[in-house]
Amino acid sequence: MLEVRDLQVSYGRAQVLFGVSLTAPAGSLVCLMGRNGVGKTTLLKAIMGVLPARSGTVGFDGRELTRLKVHERVRLGLGYVPQGHETFPQLTVAENLQVARETAGNRRAGVVDEAFDLFPALRGLLKRRAGFLSGGQQQQLAIARALVTEPRMLLLDEPTEGIQPSIVREIEEAIRQLHAAGLTILLVEQYLELALRLADRFVILDAGEVVRAGPAGELGDESVRRLLAV
Amino acid sequence: MGTLNQLVIGASIGAVLLLASLGLTFTFGQMGVINMAHGEFIMAGAYTAYVLQPLVGEQAVLVALPVAFAVGGVLGLILERLFIRRFYGRPLDTLLLTWGISLILQQVARDVFGAPNVQVTAPGWLTGGIDVGVRIPYNRVFILVLAVGCVAAISLYLSKLRQGRRMRAVMQNRQLAAVSGVATGRVDQATFFIGSGLAGVAGVALTLIGPVGPTLGSGYIVDAFLVVVAGGLGQLRGAVIAAFALGVLNSFVEFWTANGASFAKVVVFAVIIAFLQFRPQGMFVLRSRALT
Repeated sequence: MLEVRDLQVSYGRAQVLFGVSLTAPAGSLVCLMGRNGVGKTTLLKAIMGVLPARSGTVGFDGRELTRLKVHERVRLGLGYVPQGHETFPQLTVAENLQVARETAGNRRAGVVDEAFDLFPALRGLLKRRAGFLSGGQQQQLAIARALVTEPRMLLLDEPTEGIQPSIVREIEEAIRQLHAAGLTILLVEQYLELALRLADRFVILDAGEVVRAGPAGELGDESVRRLLAV
Repeated sequence: MGTLNQLVIGASIGAVLLLASLGLTFTFGQMGVINMAHGEFIMAGAYTAYVLQPLVGEQAVLVALPVAFAVGGVLGLILERLFIRRFYGRPLDTLLLTWGISLILQQVARDVFGAPNVQVTAPGWLTGGIDVGVRIPYNRVFILVLAVGCVAAISLYLSKLRQGRRMRAVMQNRQLAAVSGVATGRVDQATFFIGSGLAGVAGVALTLIGPVGPTLGSGYIVDAFLVVVAGGLGQLRGAVIAAFALGVLNSFVEFWTANGASFAKVVVFAVIIAFLQFRPQGMFVLRSRALT
């Protein structure tokens, strides 16, 4: 479903990705791993079009996305939850969802309710401003916000980082349910245990290149653990 | 008696300031664009009323309000599409660019309408005034009502309409808005259209209290920026409070001191500088990506 080929990305003169290729088959959950600063977030941003690709292509569902704008990619079915539980802080929870919902092209009924079913806590917070929620609640809102655009593939950038443990479990459960329902997911995750529980496949980046990829079973290998050790 | 009189004059100065700066709360406050040509959009709005006068007759000012909104808006849109769009994230270049454009627009006005000031005649129902202990001219009341009406319309737009919601979302987190599917470029255009259109409306209001000339707008641009900065970027209620506070301060200082107008200006600047030392972010804060 997602096909990244030979992607090169740089911030000005500093090149971050040196020819990354990666595929995520429809319905799979691919875990993107690697130490800090190896280019995981940059890769997600380049897939979304937030950062321009210097060369290489991003294909989605057989379509070439590389020249499309961010919002056009969203309308084609890419959902993105950036790192760090981002919200529109001065908008209420309801408005946060509304802004994203109103951009979805062909609105299927019940999508917002499905998001609330995943994160029931949000239902009681509709009138609160997003900036006043706890980090965990903001992250749940951030994921719900991406879901109401009706993505066919979801990119999640460290959704459990710095979040209280009880909500980490809820988020993990939500990701599991979304995967089970057939959504294709590309998950950036630092914790091997979480990756082992959720992923079908994994890709490890190091210094802007893919150094290892394979089925989730291989994540337990000693050689893989060494690539992730700090 | 004296106090009431100064309060009324202050409110009336405040209303004019507010009208002149409302558009800037959009273009400067929300988008972070320092548009020095905003004053010339005000001037264009004023000349719109002047041009309509022979065509429409006595009620030209009323007809001019929506027309000037469109004129200002279209000018702003052209400016955004042709130039400012290429300078996002470069505030100093934008400042120079728009300052140059403001000079060009002033010269264009001089070439088209001539250097001498022209006059727009207010409709008959705006002559005279009401007596509430002091006499308030109807044209001042009209400007006050217009300013309040514009503020109400803007806050309704921002809170109730889909486009307004999008505008706030883009201001608060541009990248997140884009990845939520919002076409941010389109929203920028709408923001610029509305902000510049409001300048046109302010221009029409100014024809009621003075003559119209090519440099009409440049006299207001600095004060308008002050209002927006003191109120807090992009904060409507901050701009409202700042405009009236500055207006009232201005009128009282003018009243108390021998050497009125220019001394009032000095005091207003000093107060704002002092205020911004304590609260550099203005009265109300909203973390805004644009200028950070």
